[in-house]
Amino acid sequence: MARKKNGDTAPKPEPDDDPFVVSRRGFLKGVSGSAITAAVVPQVLVPAIGAAAMAAAPPDVKGVTSLKIDLDVNGQKRSLEVESRETLLEVLRDRLDLTGAKLVCDRGECGACTALVDGEPIYSCMMLAADAQGRKITTVEGLAQGDKLHPVQEAFLQYDGYQCGFCTPGQILSCVALVNHNPNPTLDDVKEAIAGNLCRCGTYTKIFEAALAAAKSSRGGK
Amino acid sequence: MKSVGRNVERKEGAAKVSGAARYVDDLSFPGMLYGVTIRSSIPCGEIASIKLDFSRKGFTVVDHRDVPGKNVIALIDDDQPCLAEREVRHAEEPILLLAHEEREALVAARRAVRIDYRAREPLFDPRRSTKAFKEIAIDKGDVERGFAEADVVVEGEYTSGHQEQLYVETNGMIAVPEGGGITVYGSLQCPYYVHAALVKLLGLPPKRVRVMQCETGGGFGGKEEYPSMIAGHAALLALKARRPVKIVYDRAEDMAATTKRHPAIVRHRTGVKRDGRITAMDVDVLMDGGAYATLSAVVLSRGVLHATGPYRCDHVKIRGRAVMTNTPPNGAFRGFGAPQTLFAAEVHVERIAETLGLDPVKLREKNALRPGDTTATGQTLGRDASALQVLREAVRVSDFHRKRDEYRGTNRGIGLALYLHGSGFTGGGELKLASKASLELTETGARILVASTEIGQGTRTMHAQIVAETLGWPYDAIEVSDVDTARVPNSGPTVASRTCMIVGKILQRCAVEMKRKLGKLTPAEYLTRRGPLVITMQYEKPGDIQWDDATYQGDAYGTFAWACNVAEVEIDPVTYRARPLRLTAVAEIGKAIHPILAMGQIEGGTAQGVGFALFEDVVMRDGRMANAQLTNYIVPTPADTPPIDVAILERAYRHGPFGAKGVGELPVDGPAPAIVNAIRHVGLDVRSIPATPERLSDAPAIAR
Repeated sequence: MARKKNGDTAPKPEPDDDPFVVSRRGFLKGVSGSAITAAVVPQVLVPAIGAAAMAAAPPDVKGVTSLKIDLDVNGQKRSLEVESRETLLEVLRDRLDLTGAKLVCDRGECGACTALVDGEPIYSCMMLAADAQGRKITTVEGLAQGDKLHPVQEAFLQYDGYQCGFCTPGQILSCVALVNHNPNPTLDDVKEAIAGNLCRCGTYTKIFEAALAAAKSSRGGK
Repeated sequence: MKSVGRNVERKEGAAKVSGAARYVDDLSFPGMLYGVTIRSSIPCGEIASIKLDFSRKGFTVVDHRDVPGKNVIALIDDDQPCLAEREVRHAEEPILLLAHEEREALVAARRAVRIDYRAREPLFDPRRSTKAFKEIAIDKGDVERGFAEADVVVEGEYTSGHQEQLYVETNGMIAVPEGGGITVYGSLQCPYYVHAALVKLLGLPPKRVRVMQCETGGGFGGKEEYPSMIAGHAALLALKARRPVKIVYDRAEDMAATTKRHPAIVRHRTGVKRDGRITAMDVDVLMDGGAYATLSAVVLSRGVLHATGPYRCDHVKIRGRAVMTNTPPNGAFRGFGAPQTLFAAEVHVERIAETLGLDPVKLREKNALRPGDTTATGQTLGRDASALQVLREAVRVSDFHRKRDEYRGTNRGIGLALYLHGSGFTGGGELKLASKASLELTETGARILVASTEIGQGTRTMHAQIVAETLGWPYDAIEVSDVDTARVPNSGPTVASRTCMIVGKILQRCAVEMKRKLGKLTPAEYLTRRGPLVITMQYEKPGDIQWDDATYQGDAYGTFAWACNVAEVEIDPVTYRARPLRLTAVAEIGKAIHPILAMGQIEGGTAQGVGFALFEDVVMRDGRMANAQLTNYIVPTPADTPPIDVAILERAYRHGPFGAKGVGELPVDGPAPAIVNAIRHVGLDVRSIPATPERLSDAPAIAR
C-alpha cells in the first residue's frame, strides 16, 4: 500500500498512497457494528490491549443493565444508578469522587484498591458495586473523625510508613482491619494482614512498626 | 529550631495518609477525553497500511502527520519518533493515537484498527548487534604490565536481566489546551525534560508549554524519560480535539511498553598476586539499549564508571558498549547502570577469593579504595572515602565470620558485597545542567521553588529542613511550591542521587543569601519595607572538580557514597528456591538530613535489590514482555522482604549541604551480589540474575 521507495520518506497523505484511504472505505463498513469489526482484529494486537480493556465488553454487548443501588459509604447513604457490571472501585472513584482507593492492576493483584466492607479488607476492583449493597463500606477518606486522624493514620505519619503514598490508603485500611480484629497483633500478624498490599517503595518495615504502634495506642498504651 | 538530623513530619504526610493527595488519575477536567495508544504488533519492519474499521464520529485520531514540530522525543540523540512514520523498530512502538469521551468506545475502536506490515528479521541478541548507541573506553596505567605482575588471572562473565521499575502508580498524563499552547499535568520526575520535549514536538515557544507535576506514585527512574512520550501523545490529541485529554496506562501496557533496566553482559579478567593484591583489571561491559538511544549513553557511562567496584588498581582497562536491539527501549532505573556492573564486580571478587582460598573480607580489605587513592579515571578520593569503614561495620553488625563458619555445609549461606555510588551527574554533566533553585520570602518564612520532584523519597521535606536550618527558622516556616514550570526554575532532573547533594546545596546558598539580606528584619518587616524578595542561585562547580568527557579522565563525580551489604539466604533443597533470611545494609552517606527518610531509602532500595537478585524475571518473547502482569512478574511482597538491619555512617562531604551525599540509588547496587555470594557460599556457581529456582537447579557446584 505504501510507496516502495528508498530512504526514510514516510507515507504521505496522497489519495492513492494514504494509509487511511482504506480506512475510509472501512469507515462505511465499520458503521455496520462492532460485532463485525471485532472479527478483523489481528490476534497480535491483543497483548497490547490492557487489563481494563480486556475485561470490559464492547458497547453493544447484551446484558448490561442499569441498576439503582443504595450504598452505605463512610456512614453516608448514597443512592446511585450504576451499570450492573460496575465494580465497587469504579463507583467509589468515578461516581463518588472517593479517589483514595486506586486503580492499579484491576485484577486483585496489588491491593491499592483496598476498601473495608463490613470491616473486612477487600479488593474493591474485584467486587461488583451491586454486591456491596446493604453492607458498610469504609474508604480511607472515612477513617478520620473530623480533623482527628485514625490512630493507624497517625502511626503511619509518625513511623514514616509510606513514601510515594500511592499504596498507602490500601495499606492503612488493611492495618485498620487488623487492629480492629486483633488488639494485640504480632509482627507475623501484621505481615499476614498486609500480605496482599504491594509497596514498591519497600516501606514494609516501617509499615510493620506503624501497625504495631497503632495497635498499642488503640489499647491505650503509648 | 534545629531541623537537620531530625525526623520531622513529611510536608505532604497528612494528605497521603488521609487519601486527600491527588494523583493524575484522580483528576478530571470538563469535556475531557480519554486517549489510547495503538502500538506496533511486530518488532521490526515497515508499516504497509493502516485501516480504521469503525465510525470516526466522536473520535480524535492522531498519527505522525499531526505532529506540528519535529516528530521526536527530545532527549540525547533525538532518534525516537513520537509516532512511527514508516519504520517500526520494536513491538510496542506507538503508531496511532485515539481519543474519545467514553472509555468503552475506545475498547471497541482499538480492536478495529488493522495495521499491516512488511516484517523484517528482528535482532534480539545484543551480542550480535552491530549498531552501538555509545562506546566508552577508560584506561589507567598499562593493563598488560599489570597482568605480567600477576600470579593468577581470574576470568568470568556475569549477566543480569531486564528489571521493571513497577512504581505502583502507572504512567499517566493529562494535556489541556489553553492560552494558545498546552498545559500538561502528570506523574513524572523531570518536568523540564517533558517541557523541552513538548516544545520540540509541538513547535511551540517555551512560554506556551507548561508542565505541572501531580503527586507521583513512585518513579525509580521509570518516570525520568518516558513521561515525555505520554505527554507528547496526550498533547497531540488535545490540540487536535481542542479538549483536555487524559492518557493513563493500565498495568499491562505500562509494564510492556515503558523502559526497563538495561540487561547487561559484563566480562572480567583480573590479575592478582597470591596474597590477593589486584594488579590488573580488564572489564568489558555490554548493555542492551533496546530500539532507541533514550538514556543508554549515560546509563552506560555510570555503568563503566562503577565497573571496577570500590577497588584500587594501577592498571585498568574498561570498554563499554550500549547497543541496539529490536526490543522496547531500556532506560533509567534506580542505580542507572551501576547495579549491573557492581553485581559483576562483586561476584567476580568473590570468585577471586574462592580461587585464592582467601577470606572474602580480607581480600576486600586489601584492595578497598582509601582516601588519597585514585579510581580508574584518575580521581583522587577525599577523606570521606569510606570503603573500609562500611565493610568493617557490616561484618561486625552481621556477625559475618561466625555465621560463615556456622552455615558451612548446610543449605544456608552468607555473603557480602562492598560498593560505592557516585553522587550527582558526572563532573561535566552538572556543569551542563547548570541547575537553578529559588527561595522566595513569605510573610511567615520562605517558599522553596525548585523543579526537583517529590516522588516518595522526601524531596520537599529534606529541602525544607536544609533551608530552615540554614536560616535558623522552624521547619514549619518553610513552604515548598508545587512543581510547575511556569513558577519554578530548572533545577535539573530528579535523578542520579542529586536532589539533596546538588539541589540542596544550591538552596542552602539561597538561604545564606536570604539571611544576609534580611539582617535583623523579620520576613514581614522586610516585605513591608523593601518589597518582595526572591533569591535565585545557580550550580557552581567546586573548584577542585576536574573532568574531561572526551578522555573519561578526572573526577567522575563530586564524591561517592559507600555501602556494604551482608545477605543470608536459605536454599530449599527440593525446589531450589533461595529465600533471603536477613540483610544488613551499612551506608556512609555524608549526613542523614532526615534519618528516617534516609533509612527508608536504604530499606526500599534493598528490597528492590532483593527483587533484582531473585525474583524479577522479565520474559521476552518475540521482542515483547510476555509476563506483563503482577501475577508472574514477581516483586518482593511483605512476606518476601527479609528483616533489614540498617546502619548509617556519616563522614561529611565538604561540598554537600551539611556534609550530605546522595543516598537514593546507592542501596539498590549491593543486595544482588551479596545474595549471589551467599548462594555461592552454599556451593552453587551462580553468575547470572535473577537467580530463579530454574537457574539455581542448573547451576554447577563450586569446586572446593
